[in-house]
Amino acid sequence: MPLKLPKYVVLSALLCATASVASADGKTADLPALDPQTNPYNIRDGKVDFETYNGYRRYGGACARCHGPSGTGSSFAPALMDSVEQLDYAEFVNVVVNGKNIESGSRNRVMPAFGTNPNVIQHINDIWGYLQARADGAIGPGRPERIR
Amino acid sequence: MKMRRLLTAAGCVAVLGVGIPAQANEEVEKLQSKSGNWAMQLGNYKGHRYSELDEIDKSNVGKLQVAWQFSTGVLRGHEGGPIVIGDAMYIHTPFPNKVYKLDLDNQGEVIWAYEPRQPRDVIPVMCCDTVNRGIAYADGKIFLAQADNTLVALDSKTGEPVWSVENGDHTEGESLTAAPVVAKDKVLVGISGGEFGVRGHLTAYNIDDGSMAWRAWSTGPDADVKIDPEETTMMGEPIGEQDLGVKTWPGDEWKRGGGTTWGWFTYDTETETVYYGTGNPGVWNPEQRAVDGTRKGSDNKWSMSIFARDIDTGEAKWVYQKTPFDEWDYDGVNENILIEREIDGEQRKLLVTFDRNGFAYVLDRVTGELLSAEKYDPTVNWASHVDMETGRPQVNEEKSTFAQGTNTITKNICPAALGTKDQQPATYSPETGLFYVPTNHICMDYEPYQVQYVAGQPYVGATVSMFPAPNSHGGMGNFIAWDPIKAEIKWSIPERFAVWSGALATAGNVVFYGTLEGYVKAADMQTGEILWKFKTPSGIIGNINTYVHDGAQHIAVLSGVGGWPGIGMAAGLTDPQAGLGAVGAHSKLSQYTQLGGVLTVFKLPEELASR
Ligand code: HEC
Repeated sequence: MPLKLPKYVVLSALLCATASVASADGKTADLPALDPQTNPYNIRDGKVDFETYNGYRRYGGACARCHGPSGTGSSFAPALMDSVEQLDYAEFVNVVVNGKNIESGSRNRVMPAFGTNPNVIQHINDIWGYLQARADGAIGPGRPERIR
Repeated sequence: MKMRRLLTAAGCVAVLGVGIPAQANEEVEKLQSKSGNWAMQLGNYKGHRYSELDEIDKSNVGKLQVAWQFSTGVLRGHEGGPIVIGDAMYIHTPFPNKVYKLDLDNQGEVIWAYEPRQPRDVIPVMCCDTVNRGIAYADGKIFLAQADNTLVALDSKTGEPVWSVENGDHTEGESLTAAPVVAKDKVLVGISGGEFGVRGHLTAYNIDDGSMAWRAWSTGPDADVKIDPEETTMMGEPIGEQDLGVKTWPGDEWKRGGGTTWGWFTYDTETETVYYGTGNPGVWNPEQRAVDGTRKGSDNKWSMSIFARDIDTGEAKWVYQKTPFDEWDYDGVNENILIEREIDGEQRKLLVTFDRNGFAYVLDRVTGELLSAEKYDPTVNWASHVDMETGRPQVNEEKSTFAQGTNTITKNICPAALGTKDQQPATYSPETGLFYVPTNHICMDYEPYQVQYVAGQPYVGATVSMFPAPNSHGGMGNFIAWDPIKAEIKWSIPERFAVWSGALATAGNVVFYGTLEGYVKAADMQTGEILWKFKTPSGIIGNINTYVHDGAQHIAVLSGVGGWPGIGMAAGLTDPQAGLGAVGAHSKLSQYTQLGGVLTVFKLPEELASR
């Protein structure tokens, strides 16, 4: 699937893959490095790392009003905890950056483009990691607990 | 006797229809005073949602039957309700904002339908579903506030547009959801987008041609807000200080300071004053709205305020801020209901509002003086009380999301951001002197975090998790009867979900409301005993009305679940620890109802009707 990402997004997404930009505070040093493909989140005793916790918050701020609380879906938009099992990382980023059905489509279901929204794009790996953790059943609905 | 009253009401309407009124509001006032009509969303200018009709009463309401139904063909949340004028009913839908004129002589046959063409990218800037709270009628025109910020006047006979104006820009996050109100020769329109960093205003357009008469901003310099600090009063005294709509914000934050106006507007025809509330102050992270990092001096005026404005000029007569420096999203847009009552032997013109923040306020609506502010749900804990000298709430530091700080979870705040009551309008019976209030019974954990403003993108900056009020009945709503003078709950009906429908009190001593599962319920206005219920095809977030057609009293309501509760509760509330008590056998709304807009009309069986 060809990606139509603005350059800066690809760049920042790649950067994020190695060092989550805005997740600097509260990181726990002894956890394995995150990677959206191979290690999207860290979980220990049912608690998650700061990035995954941040993903929960950013999801709540930007996505939950359509995709329902905790990735469970709503009458408005699909359950992303299921979607991320079908989509790979690049496809996920593509939809979030460019949106879907903005010009046309059925049932007035519009997925907005977040490509220019730093509150989403800077945290996209964290959102991805959070949804992966939800998809794997590693964490339940609601606010996850953080490893301190 | 009863029958004659009903027939007269219907008869007058037909006559009125042909006269040309001097002022549109005289016509609207006459239409609403005839109980046979339901001429405006809140029933009358005072916002009573009360009907003098009494054919349906305590003895026979149990026999109500469906007269006919009509699918709107739209799936999203249906707020607002039908308007009935003479033999025609007008209904509206959420986006794409269709309007239908239905023929009551032929069980709702479509006389005309209007569907605007709107850009699809409006949908994402509508925060909480693509709702619309209804149309207004006056002067042979139907006024529709479309999602894409177009205010259009339609010829009520043909459905053809007469004029239209642009009231905002959706690429900046603005949209329209509130029902317009026609007062005098003007139509009043609000603006939505409190979660997108817009700057709120109320705008009056001339009903003849759509030209703008005035616009009053909710934040910014006095000239924009239409405040004269020497004349406009606050707590009965002139404001004194200048430009508080700028000074009480850090930097330019007032330019994205919210104070949106998406609720209901009421109007006093004697003093020619319009009353409305302004919403939350933009971003939900209070730290980003604090001047010099302190709460002092950071009132974020004039968000969260009640305005009393002159209908001709828009100038503010008085203003009262209910929640200075909001820290919980207690969006202050709820309707201001106008009543006359005796207090200490003196007849007073009052204004009563059931605010999102859980306090029921009573003000003198002429002077703007605060007379009382009491909790109308005992679980409210963000403030202990409202100081009657200053009008300010005494905030509980433990529940202050600002004191607890950015990136900190403040737990068990009641009410939740949905408020003890959201937009669902209450009803007032001048006969019983009681208010009947649809309420939410939900608490929350709230965690603010930093966000950046981007035009047209959400500007929220907090995560909220909600759960049924702890140590209570386990449900998420109550339908209450409230005594405004004693400031106490007379009776309360626990509900599994938030009660998100507008209520209707009647002279038949029966009060009606809808539930999120889809029930229309009728309760005894004295005791709160449920006398009848009927499950409509989808959850009810619309407002119930009543009218007379063919000599018989009818009850009408739009079902169609959605709105904020539809999204939040579709999959159940988020707190995994939330206990489910007596009422809440299941927290999942999707277990009870699915989407779909349907109008349902009820009446008594022929043999019981009084004719
Ligand atoms: C205004 C509502 C809205 C918001 C806000 C929203 N989405 Fe969507 N999203 C949708 C809709 C509607 C669809 C389904 C589009 C379709 O019909 O294919 C969708 C689809 C998606 C898909 C594709 C799902 C699939 O199964 O193919 C992804 C991924 C996605 N959204 C991620 C997000 C993320 C991440 C956020 C928050 C940053 C977000 N969305 C915010 C409405 C929204």
